[in-house]
Parts: sequence; C-alpha cells; structure tokens
Amino acid sequence: MTPLDYLLWVAFPYIAAATFVVGHILRYRFDQFGWTSRSSQTYENRLLRWGSPMFHYGMLMVIGGHVVGLFIPKPWLEFFGVTEHIYHLGATSLGSIAAVLTIAGLVILIIRRRLVTRVHLATTVMDKVMYIFLGGTILFGTIATVLHQVFGAGYDYRGSISPWIRSLWGFQPQPELMSDVPFFFQLHVLTATALFLLWPFTRLVHVFSAPIGYIWRPYVIYRSRDTHKGSGARTVKRGWEKAELPDVRVSPRADEPARPSRSRTNIRR
Amino acid sequence: MRVMAQMSMIMNLDKCIGCHTCSVTCKQVWTNRTGVEYAWFNNVETKPGVGYPRQYEDQEKWKGGWVRNKRGRLKLRAGGRLSKLLHIFDNPDLPVIDDYYEPWTYDYDMLTTAPAGTQSPVARPKSLLTGKNMDIKWSGNWDDNLGGSQETAADDPILATMSEHVKMEFENTFMFYLPRICEHCLNPACVAACPSGAMYKREEDGIVLVDEDGCRGWRMCVSACPYKKVYFNHKTGKAEKCTLCYPLIEQGKPTICSETCVGRLRYLGLMLYDADAVLAQASVENEHDLLDAQRACFLDPFDPEVIAAAKAEGMEDDWILAAQNSPIYKMISEYKIALPLHPEYRTMPMVWYIPPLSPVVDVVSTTQADSEDARTLFAAIDRLRIPVEYLAGLFSAGDVRPVEASLKKLAAMRSYMRDINLGKPADERIPRAVGMTGETMEAMYRLLAIAKYEDRYVIPKAHVETARELDELACSLDTDGGPGMGGPGQNAGPFGQEPGMPLAGTVSNYNEMTGRGGEKTKPTTPGRVNLLNWTGGAVPQGMFPPKKSPEATA
Repeated sequence: MTPLDYLLWVAFPYIAAATFVVGHILRYRFDQFGWTSRSSQTYENRLLRWGSPMFHYGMLMVIGGHVVGLFIPKPWLEFFGVTEHIYHLGATSLGSIAAVLTIAGLVILIIRRRLVTRVHLATTVMDKVMYIFLGGTILFGTIATVLHQVFGAGYDYRGSISPWIRSLWGFQPQPELMSDVPFFFQLHVLTATALFLLWPFTRLVHVFSAPIGYIWRPYVIYRSRDTHKGSGARTVKRGWEKAELPDVRVSPRADEPARPSRSRTNIRR
Repeated sequence: MRVMAQMSMIMNLDKCIGCHTCSVTCKQVWTNRTGVEYAWFNNVETKPGVGYPRQYEDQEKWKGGWVRNKRGRLKLRAGGRLSKLLHIFDNPDLPVIDDYYEPWTYDYDMLTTAPAGTQSPVARPKSLLTGKNMDIKWSGNWDDNLGGSQETAADDPILATMSEHVKMEFENTFMFYLPRICEHCLNPACVAACPSGAMYKREEDGIVLVDEDGCRGWRMCVSACPYKKVYFNHKTGKAEKCTLCYPLIEQGKPTICSETCVGRLRYLGLMLYDADAVLAQASVENEHDLLDAQRACFLDPFDPEVIAAAKAEGMEDDWILAAQNSPIYKMISEYKIALPLHPEYRTMPMVWYIPPLSPVVDVVSTTQADSEDARTLFAAIDRLRIPVEYLAGLFSAGDVRPVEASLKKLAAMRSYMRDINLGKPADERIPRAVGMTGETMEAMYRLLAIAKYEDRYVIPKAHVETARELDELACSLDTDGGPGMGGPGQNAGPFGQEPGMPLAGTVSNYNEMTGRGGEKTKPTTPGRVNLLNWTGGAVPQGMFPPKKSPEATA
C-alpha cells in the first residue's frame, strides 16, 4: 500500500463523489436555466437519428450491467443459481452487444460533431472535455473486457473492484483490493471517477431529469400566474444574448480584402 | 362546470395587407436573440402557400395535434406517453432548422471598413449558424405575395387535397394573407407532449407558456404543436413560444402584434369556457362537428348561472364585465362570423379568424357586376367553389357551410351599410337573409369597420394588488423613525423627499415615470416645478396652468 494507492482509490473517489453531489445540488439550485440536454437535433438529424438512440440505449444497457456487476454481491447472485460461469457468459455477451451499440453510436456522434459545421460550432469546451473522459472510460473499459474477458482467461472483478466500490459506499475503504487489478481496469475506473467529478458541470446533468413522471401525469397542466416580486424585472440570465455571428475564425481569402478576425468576440458561456 | 377565462384573439383577414409589421415588432421584442433568429412567434403567410415552417399543415408528415382513436379517446398523433419516452433520444417528427430556414445576417461592417478599391464593397450574406458565406435559397416567407409559387404552390397541403385543375385556376383567382401566432389552445398538444411538465396553461387567462427553468430540451412540444408555434432555442436548448405578450396583457394593454397592426385587424378579449367540457367536445367523432363542439365549450357571460359559477371560482367582477364586453364573444358566439384555424387538429385553438370576403369581391368586380350588391355577392359565394373550399380547408375542417355563412354575413354587411352610407333607406331584407337584424348588423359594422381601439381590445388587468403591495414594502428600514423612512409617498424625512430609497419597479411607477396614463398618485406642490427628475416623457406637472375643460380633450 503506497500513498498513491490511498490517493487514487480513497481520496480521489471521495473527492469525485463529494463534487458530484454538491455540484449537482448547487447547479440545480442556481442554474435551472442551464439544465438541459442541449439537443443539437435541429441542426442535423440524418446522423443523429442513428447515432443518438444507439448510443443512449447502449449506454442504458451498460449502466444496467454495471449496477448488477458492482452493487449486487456475488453470493446473492449465486443464491439464485447464477454461478461464476453463467455470470461471465451473460456479462460478456450482453456486454458486447451493449458495447457495440454504444461505441458505434458514439463514433457516429463524434464524427457528426466534428464534421457538421453547425454542430461543431455549437460544441462548448466543457463538451469536448466531457467527450474525452466519456470516450476514454468507454475505450478503456472495452479494452479491459476484450483483453481479459473475451480473449483472456477471464478476470473476476466481482472479487476485487466490486467489493472495493461497496467498501467506499460503506465508508470503510479498502484500497488494497484495487492494487492488483489489471492496468486497463484501473484506468477505466480512474477515468470513470474523473467523469463523475466533471459530471455536474457538463450537459450530462440531463441524465437526472429523465422524465419518468410523464407516464402518470395528466396531459394538460394548469398553473397559476407567477406572482414573484419585481413585476417582470427579471435579471438577465445565462444564454439570453443578442443574435450575433457564431464563433468562427474567418480565414482571409484572396478575393476578400483582409480584415480583423472576428474570432472569440461574441460567444459567452 | 368549471368556468375558466381565456384571453383570445380574432383577426379580420379582409383587412390584412400583408405588411408584416406585426412580425417585425414581435421579433424586435421577443426573438432578436441568438438561438431564436429563425423563430417568428408571429408570422404572416401568403395563402395559398407552403407556410412556415414549410408544409407545417401536413400532419401526415409532422404528426402534430391529436387524433381520435377507435375507442373514441384522444391521443397525440405522434404516439402515447411511452412512445414519447422511447423516442426521447431522437424525436422522429422534429423539424430541423432548414424546414424553417437557415438564419443569416449580412457582413455589414464590410461596407464601412473595406479599404479603398475599384469596386464598391458589398455586404455578403453570412449564415448565423456557421458564420460562412451562404446562398439564400429559402426563408420564412419565401412565397410572399405568391412569389415563385408556380414552383412551391403545389406543396401547399390544403391545395393538395383539391384537384390539379383547381390548383391552376386557383392561382389566377386570389390570394390572401394569414397572420399566425400561438393559438393558446384549450386542449394544447404541446403541453400534453412535454415530458418535463414545463409547459402549462395559465389558470387566470389561459395563456400557454413555457417554464424556461423547468424545460429540459426534450423537444416534444415542438413536434406536437400542429401549428409549429413552439420553437427550440438552439443556443440555450430550451423551448420558446409566443407569450401573448403577457406582461402587457396583465396591464390591460394589447399585445405588440395587435398594438402595431397597421390594418387594425386584431381583436383581443376574454372568452369564458367550461374547462370540464373541453376533452369530451374535442373528441367528437366527425371533424365537421368540431367547430360546433368548440362553440359548445364557450359559456354565456350574461347567464346568471355562469356568473355565479365564475364567482365561485374566484373570478373578479371586472373580469366578468370584460367577458361580457368582449369583442371575441360577439364575433364567435353572437355574430358567428369568426372561425378557428384548423379545428381538425383537435387542440381547440383560441386565435380565430374572420375569413376574407375580398377574394370573392375581387372576382365579382372584374365581371362588371356590382360588387356591393348583396344578391350578386351571395350568388358569387355560392358559385365560387374554389376559394370557399380552400377557406373551408383552413377554418372548418373542409365543411364549406360555416365559411359560406360567415362570408354571406360579411357580404350582407357590406351591402346593407352601403345603402345607409349613401343615404338610401336601409333594406332590412338583407340582414334577415343572413339571420341578423339591422341593429346587430350595424353593431357588427362598428366593431369590424370602425374598429375603435377600446372596442378592439377589452383586456381586464391582472389582479396584482397583493403582489404590488409586497413590492412596495421592499425596504424593511422604511418604518417610523428608521433611516429609510423618507421613502415614496412621504413628505418629510431626514434626507428630504426625492433622494430617499429607490422606487420598486412596479407598473404604477413605470406609468408615472413615462407619463403613459396610470393614476396620478402624487399631488404637485402649487407653484413649484421639479425639472430635475423629468425624463422627457410627459409634460411636467405644474409647468402649465391646468386646462380649463379637461372633458373637451378626452
């Protein structure tokens, strides 16, 4: 056990978790207006029509798989007759389907984001950072699975990573469980932790507004007139600026006289 | 019976000259921001035409509004709740921005900053989405005045239901303008489709609004609205729509589009309706019955039972009075000349239209016949199937009878009032032929043709007494002997009167400062004029001696 182990497998996860919780509360409290999926469907729909459902449904499967693998202790599943072998087969096959969907979807979405100018220009710095960590997490997770589960002997993460995560939840951290975990699994866990740290500051917050309540609520909603103070003298909020040219670097062309670049002049985030 | 009030609008299409002033002023007020450059809460379409966004009326394509299922119940055309959630990652019915148009600006600074050269500098169009040079190939109003409609008119979803022969002839016969805003429906599909529950209908006046804080950008409202009057702000990722200028309506003032309407064709007023009846009436089987079904939801504001029920719901007397004086009630329920736009969408729209008689009049006047003679006009309405059928496609789900009835009343009014204006004896047979009396016809004439401001807009103020009281108690130090006690309305204080605490931003203060009506609450000191606080608006009080007869100027 080195100090690095404590840093990576105790301090870092707790910092990420605290930031995740506090960040979400603060953002929910103070930035309702910025809390949105920031859909880019109105810019482009031919690629999104394929990429977005593939990615999102794949991701939902991935999340489900992780919940089963990480939070349900091995003996519980064995009690229901799910042996290590059955679990391994199930996790690897279903996981592969999920991975193919997710990765194919993500590739389509990233290509779209880069190549469709409208979408590219609407991409914020935070989006790009988020993409790196999200893509990295998925990439390392896939590499680890392919190396160890598909072509390797099979690594039983339910004996190391899963109890480590549960030990964090129980506030009895056992970093020693993580020290011998294969490198790509470690990398996967670290990028995922970093993603949770960034989560409340990205568009990923939309995950927590999944509108499940829509199933039960009445169709037409009536609400009384807002009577909050100030009679409409609302302060200007994020995003309500005047129409201006988007943030682009205009390259001077031969047939155009040179003029000052308009880059970085008008986008405020 | 649950009595609710609905602030509604009627537009008299005969008077619309297609000047787009309503659209421009609305844009200046509401959508001159990044993200909604392409959005026109108010737009004016030339009919026949494809509309904005392109072909929005084709619900086979866009899946807006409601449909009645086999069991006689209403469901959203695009699918039920579960289907909406399953399609949340990619809304299959969402118009992309090109279905509206790619917004652009011009490179105006080139005109002033270009170096001296042999050619004049030009301002090239630049896309507001990419900043690149673009070729303008479409816009929100590309077929204005039927421009280029030989290319596009075939795409008009209503013309498509008529035969090819009709299309050709139709183009040569007439056109008219259709200004459109949000319909503020009684059974709004956008509200029903919002997964977050961020859209709502206001209890007090029925205005349909988006809670910008609650909106999560799922975009279901945009596709669910059959009129395509909810817009997605691509910058903020939130839905935005026409608010019926509620900050003005609450002060008893008309919307921007109405106030600035050059033709004075817009009317605003209340309709009382039974909210419990809406769903059943919107579910009637035959589409042709939807107009009468919606009329059946409306309540008579003079009926003592309705008044009692409205009061039981907490409606104030001035609102009931406003509902009784409402021009909307007169035109929908008394004269029955106004019709809803596309009742077949089953959303129960509340912006209604008086169909234009001018296409008929235009045809008659080209035939040398007297275009103000009642019998000639009646015959023309009966004979001119094409415009009447087209209007029926817009205003009565294809049933020509209500359109004919409305047009005949307009024709009768035209003819009856001509006799009166020429000093001839009024021919009482004319109003009787359309089921009216000479008296109601003259009243209708005053409302439609004279159209005085106070008759067009009967808007009760919102009841904000309690809220305003709270506002003006803003300073907690404004107590007897406290440091803030030199506040507004007090004559003495340690720091004098004017430089005391700032006024709260209330409607009455605003009116006072800008000199735009409002009650004069502060008496002037005789013989003293204070020009220091004069904002240049109204004439300062006390500057001139009071007018001798104030009634004469009223």
